[in-house]
Amino acid sequence: MSSRDLVLARVRQALADVPGGEGPGDGGTGGQGSAGPPVVRDYHRVHGSRTQAQTVDLLAENLADYRAIVHRTDAEGLPGLIGRLLAERGARSVLVPPGLDASWTTGADVTLVEDRVSSTARELDRVDSVLTGCAVAVAETGTLILDAGPGQGRRRITLVPDHHLCVVRVPDQVVGSVPEALPRVAPDRPLTWISGPSATSDIELDRVEGVHGPRTLEVILLSAAQRAD
Amino acid sequence: MSGTYLGMPAFPRAAATATRDTRLRANLTHATRTIRDKRAKAVAELDDWAELRAAGAAVKDRTLRHLDHYLEQLEAAVTAAGGQVHWALDADEANRIVTRLVRETGETEVVKVKSMATQEIGLNEALARAGIRAYETDLAELIVQLGHDRPSHILVPAIHRNRAEIRDIFRREMASWGRPAPEGLTDSPAELAEAARLHLREKFLSAKVGISGANFMVAETGTLVVVESEGNGRMCLTLPETLISVVGIEKVVPEWQDLEIFLQLLPRSSTAERMNPYTSTWTGTTDGDGPQTFHLVLLDNGRTDTLADTVGRQALRCIRCSACLNVCPVYERAGGHAYGSPYPGPIGAILTPQLRGLAGPLEESLPYASSLCGACYEVCPVAIDIPEVLVHLRERVVQGGPVTLGGTRTVLQPAKGHAAERAAMRAAGWAFDHPGALRTGMRLAARTRRLHPRRLPGPGRVWSRTRDLPEVPAESFRDWWQRTRGTSSGRGTWAEPGTSSEPGTSSEQRGDAK
Ligand code: SF4
Repeated sequence: MSSRDLVLARVRQALADVPGGEGPGDGGTGGQGSAGPPVVRDYHRVHGSRTQAQTVDLLAENLADYRAIVHRTDAEGLPGLIGRLLAERGARSVLVPPGLDASWTTGADVTLVEDRVSSTARELDRVDSVLTGCAVAVAETGTLILDAGPGQGRRRITLVPDHHLCVVRVPDQVVGSVPEALPRVAPDRPLTWISGPSATSDIELDRVEGVHGPRTLEVILLSAAQRAD
Repeated sequence: MSGTYLGMPAFPRAAATATRDTRLRANLTHATRTIRDKRAKAVAELDDWAELRAAGAAVKDRTLRHLDHYLEQLEAAVTAAGGQVHWALDADEANRIVTRLVRETGETEVVKVKSMATQEIGLNEALARAGIRAYETDLAELIVQLGHDRPSHILVPAIHRNRAEIRDIFRREMASWGRPAPEGLTDSPAELAEAARLHLREKFLSAKVGISGANFMVAETGTLVVVESEGNGRMCLTLPETLISVVGIEKVVPEWQDLEIFLQLLPRSSTAERMNPYTSTWTGTTDGDGPQTFHLVLLDNGRTDTLADTVGRQALRCIRCSACLNVCPVYERAGGHAYGSPYPGPIGAILTPQLRGLAGPLEESLPYASSLCGACYEVCPVAIDIPEVLVHLRERVVQGGPVTLGGTRTVLQPAKGHAAERAAMRAAGWAFDHPGALRTGMRLAARTRRLHPRRLPGPGRVWSRTRDLPEVPAESFRDWWQRTRGTSSGRGTWAEPGTSSEPGTSSEQRGDAK
């Protein structure tokens, strides 16, 4: 017998107490005996009620609470803001995923480095900053979710450089809670959930930002262009 | 389990040594109190915590009751997504599989994400014997590895070390593993973290093989989930060409949606954060992004034996958040090393004896490494009734009974010549020498009593009628203490069964048992 078959046989033997009629999906009713343990999902889908604007505010608050630096602008102001933030850091090279909106970088006086499958981790390590979009942002936890979509690129590009600049379209990319976020991302894509910059609390539980990931996370909340009325 | 901890003294002796180490106790007390208070605040932010906790427990129970189904589903999904699934009955087999997989890549170095499962099987040592060097990349694990030490906490393995000790270890050891510590390194946490960053970046950028565990595996989709803070996890999961994940079979959850429960329960219970800085999920391999070869090693190593015990089974719900360690008065005094396995604290006291099958003096003494105050149950995000399992295991030690060992049902004999009782008495004796631990335990017990029914489970009731162990609060501990020890200065004596003259919980208890 293979180890696979042995483990499965041991599992089945161990579960001799589980009634034969109980299927894996049963038990939702929580009835007597054979129904198995019911899984009742009576927790909240989202905590509290908020307007869209309040949800965005909460996102900003929680991002900042975990030491991300938060900026707000609209489409018109975006290239200028990105240019200014990169200049303030003295960044000369910026990694950009292939599908990034080209207009975002028009205000930046930097060398754009496009990530390629063939680029090595060492090449990425020499780049100053990375600029990406995101898939979803979660207000209650202050979390950005990247799903490797066109404006986000491979997982490694938001990992190796020391400075990550992430643009979130508000309000359409913002959800309230973790339960609202999961259905918006596809499990078959690699996901990276980011809540503040890399951090450790391993030394006497003092929180230190930036161990192995980017030490600085800047988030730009990009609102739809103001209507001139 | 691993050879790492073999030869460890039984809990009472190790604990007695640890409690004499004042520096260790100061480090631990500071750390556990800090994190305990932060956790309480993080949990209080969610007004549906009780519902999330119940749902988390129910999902895990459902999964365990149909584990064969979910494992087969998981295997199919991982395979369909381009991964390769291997099964390991025990530590040796898992180590052989991983060693072979690393050898097949032609590499002799691997980078590792902190993982309890690989510590449990002693993977680093096994790889070293095969000439493969494994670099731990979590800061705390790095401190432990460089210090030729053992982890003492699930979440913060170097919790027993303070900043000055860490600086000394870095200065002394970094050079022999790679980039040396920077000149003039001080003991500021920021500088120490920076030193670790520089030291490890070299490894990350050149590593061809990464080894990880996983916090969750989703059967429905074949997705693995790793939750971390530093980004070392992302490095190991993303940059190497080959990724090998060693995961206990109990880590599976049925559906993608189930993650909404655990991604709320876990960060708040462990680091007291709304969300940990980084969570990575991957499903098999993705063209052009991340490792192009992915192996999943599914580990039994005593888990099916634990599954066979209908009382003890609930220990497999554990999501390794470490909340129970931080509230445990015994852990706070004894430190993690005393538990003799990678799983310290209350969860270790029930998991280790089950995974290893109550196989020796350490395993027999662990169910006594508790004041049964119930604080661990109260904080556990998946509501594992640790006191219930402790009492159940004490009964097994003293009375024997049916157990499953290596997949075979057998009847455990009561330990010969009352060895078990001696083990218990040693543990009790240790507790008596450390009244501080008991006082803390009692205070917590008094506070949680309403929440925690004192009735012992099934056979335990009969047992507690005839064997009135000091830690079983059939009467209040304070009363018992006063009665048996109050005026005496000698070692604790065994309370004779049924000698309590007091009414209240104690007689209710006996009434129940009849
Ligand atoms: S037993 Fe519960 S509290 Fe302890 S580590 Fe496991 S999940 Fe956390």
